[in-house]
Amino acid sequence: MSSELVEISIGSLESLPIGEGRTFTIDGDMVAIFRTRTGVVHAVSAVCPHAGGPIADGLADTEVVICPLHQHVFELTTGCSRSGQPPLRVYPVRVTDAGEVLVGAPVPVDA
Amino acid sequence: MAQRLVVIGNGMAGARTVEEILERGGHFDITMFGDEPYGNYNRILLSNVLSGAEEESDIFINSLGWYSDNGINLRAGVRATRIDRFAKVVHGDDGSVTPYDKLIIATGSTPFIPPMEGTYNAKRGFHQGVFSFRTLDDTRGMIRYARDHETAVVIGGGLLGLEAARGLLNHGIKVTLVHAMGHLMNTQLDEQGGAILKASVEKLGIAVELNAMTTHVLGKDSVTGVKFKDGRTIPCDMVVIAAGIRPNTQVAAASDLPVERAILVDDQMRVQDEADIYAVGECVQHRGTTYGLVAPLWEQAKVLADHITGTNPRAAYHGSRTATKLKVAGVDVAAMGITSPERDTDEFVVFAEPRRGIYKSVIIRDDRIIGATLLGDVSKMGFLTQAFDKGLPLPEERVRLLFDLGGPPAEVSAAEMPDDNQVCNCNGVSKGQLVACVTGGIKTVTGVMDKTRAGKGCGSCKSLVCQIVEWAAGGEVEEDPSANWYVPGVPYAKPELMEAIRAQGLRSVSSVFAALAPGGKEDAKSKMGLVSLLRMMWGDEYEDENDARFINDRVHANIQRDGTFSVVPQMKGGVTSPDQLRKIADVADKYEVPMVKLTGGQRIDLLGIRKEDLPKVWADLGMPSGYAYGKSFRTVKTCVGSDFCRFGVGDSTALGVAIESRFQGLESPGKMKLAVTGCPRNCAEAYVKDLGVVAIDGGKWEIYIGGAAGAHIRKGDLLATVDSPDLVMTLTGRFLQYYRENANWLERTYSFVPRIGIEKLRELLVDDSEGICAGLEERMQEAVDAYKDPWLEGREPRADGQFKPSLPLLPLPIVPVREVHA
Repeated sequence: MSSELVEISIGSLESLPIGEGRTFTIDGDMVAIFRTRTGVVHAVSAVCPHAGGPIADGLADTEVVICPLHQHVFELTTGCSRSGQPPLRVYPVRVTDAGEVLVGAPVPVDA
Repeated sequence: MAQRLVVIGNGMAGARTVEEILERGGHFDITMFGDEPYGNYNRILLSNVLSGAEEESDIFINSLGWYSDNGINLRAGVRATRIDRFAKVVHGDDGSVTPYDKLIIATGSTPFIPPMEGTYNAKRGFHQGVFSFRTLDDTRGMIRYARDHETAVVIGGGLLGLEAARGLLNHGIKVTLVHAMGHLMNTQLDEQGGAILKASVEKLGIAVELNAMTTHVLGKDSVTGVKFKDGRTIPCDMVVIAAGIRPNTQVAAASDLPVERAILVDDQMRVQDEADIYAVGECVQHRGTTYGLVAPLWEQAKVLADHITGTNPRAAYHGSRTATKLKVAGVDVAAMGITSPERDTDEFVVFAEPRRGIYKSVIIRDDRIIGATLLGDVSKMGFLTQAFDKGLPLPEERVRLLFDLGGPPAEVSAAEMPDDNQVCNCNGVSKGQLVACVTGGIKTVTGVMDKTRAGKGCGSCKSLVCQIVEWAAGGEVEEDPSANWYVPGVPYAKPELMEAIRAQGLRSVSSVFAALAPGGKEDAKSKMGLVSLLRMMWGDEYEDENDARFINDRVHANIQRDGTFSVVPQMKGGVTSPDQLRKIADVADKYEVPMVKLTGGQRIDLLGIRKEDLPKVWADLGMPSGYAYGKSFRTVKTCVGSDFCRFGVGDSTALGVAIESRFQGLESPGKMKLAVTGCPRNCAEAYVKDLGVVAIDGGKWEIYIGGAAGAHIRKGDLLATVDSPDLVMTLTGRFLQYYRENANWLERTYSFVPRIGIEKLRELLVDDSEGICAGLEERMQEAVDAYKDPWLEGREPRADGQFKPSLPLLPLPIVPVREVHA
């Protein structure tokens, strides 16, 4: 079995609060979506690999998000931790001309 | 062909230098001259051989085999008599002539023998029964002689003399220690310390004679006694002369090399004006100083090796600040710098407890340690050495230099701590991990803290982390420019930051980043601190931005490990009512709250509330927030006071409720936990609060500030004793506002108060010495007026999805529900 990337809409850009994160379920995965103050949208896995903290509740800037439980720092573009934790998973995101946010999720397909 | 290296001296300095050269892959044909017919041994441990604590074989560093293994030609037992600098050869007392390309002189010291009649026998050198204490042969001779003799006089009350006396004692010898000066170890100790050491030594059974100048060694065939300048005599059948050492410069002087007190060397350890001759150890004089301790010698050997091998041609020795830690005659002694104050303005902190043989003194000049002595208890040696070496900031309460009181455990020695010692107990970071991080290339304290997360929990280990990083970086710790910034992302200290914010009228976090951060870049780590600062500065005019708030402040509850929240309603002074309890019970039932618990601040905590339920929970409770989640004014803990308690002398409950009503919810650099207690029995624990009020008899109230009973334990400092609750309110307002305006982000009062100093705070806030009190009161009043309860005001979401769950993936709550058994 292999998988292919399918884009799933999570709604309009305007529905995302500026600078904050929100959690969405995308094909069973919990994904934290951030809309930074510079207008870029990032999608990373929603659960901190350290102790299961809610990443979407973390403080973020244009580069990183800080898990609210133990202040572990992760890069939004790469998912890499700057504080020695395993990385977050990163999902591809794009915003359509109509302002719709599409997140790429791997969907299993039969070979 | 390899260059020929000749080393004159096979003692600790010579052998160590050769080891360092070999370690750097130095390619030389090495010849070493050694006076003594042995390999290389640790001279410091000779006193242990004398006392019987160690065998001779235990103190050898390099056996003869080491020399042959490394291709070193050891000329043991051959004395170098002269160097021909022009022919570049060394003449030996066996008639040998050894050519060199590079030469190292490491001739060490010789014992100083004060002029005394009868010391020498014309034929044999020393009179029979007279010994010096420098070599293995000296030590063997003493041990042999001690077998069939009974009484000894040891001349010299310094380190060596004390060790000799102690060692002989173990051979059943009755020992008298004779010292020409007024107190023992006079180069390391002051008079009082010397007196205490004397008492400790006498307790061991050693007789001590001070101010006793020995002029004669008595006895014709063998020793029968010594005679002092004042005419007194002491009978004995053995004399040990341990009156100090002198640099051994014989061969250098005989070869026309520059010698003052010792051989003159430059910063590369080269003999002055000689390109190919080096000198190292006790025989050198560097920048006017000679050293008789081992640590400087190690440093010199490294520089010499770096230079002679070309590993680092720019290596330079800049001299050593020496601190000694010794066990002298069974007594721990540590000493550094000068022994007694030299100027009227020098601070001299002294503690003496002669009965237990303990003496501690520290001399401070311009807020830096310039000397310290510890006797009997050297537990503070680590911190003092570091402070002495590096000029670390000193605690305001100088007594902390001498003792570990409650408070930040900053004084553990970084050097002495074992690698597996856990430094950060919150995030489980060991000393070894910190050191590895530093050797891995991160040389700033904040860098190491970011990488390892040490110091990022409760923060109580920060100063220790700082010391370890400094120690591991070996003085190469990089100045971290951000250390003084209020938050890491905006390069300003708090006063300058506040000035810039005010000058430019910056009322939101994003505007601060845009105007003041490098490149206008926002920084997640800086947001909480900026929110707190801007709210404090602007009150009502603050422009709130949800994304700058920490999650707790977005939803006004405290996030728990499973992503649920805890809700703590306000319960002023810990006073509640049947109505309030009934309501809380109903809410707990309705939302299936998994745990209801009393908090340390005398309130009720509802734990495990789902994020999406928070607004409904507040609505159903209809109570103000207890602020159990923010960096803000938290609670006022009270006892029942005079209304009910038969001991109470003041109405602590009413005053506590009044304080909480006035200052509730105010944001601050760190949590503010208060208490009011009705009598000095202190049931409300007011002595260990950020601000604690204690009613005392006569209608008076004491106000303590800077207390803590969390990760740190600290009793607060008495700010003032006042005679009315109104004055308590006034001073509380002034202190809290002063703290809000001047403390660093996350700096609790237990650090802030000692940093400013209680006297200074008293002048500022009680005496109003600088006329700031009216302003403080005015700004505090504005803050109080601007206060809005977030639960009553904030039920409508401020942002889309503010209360949307972020972790619904787990069955909530996962905190185990505890059954309460009746």
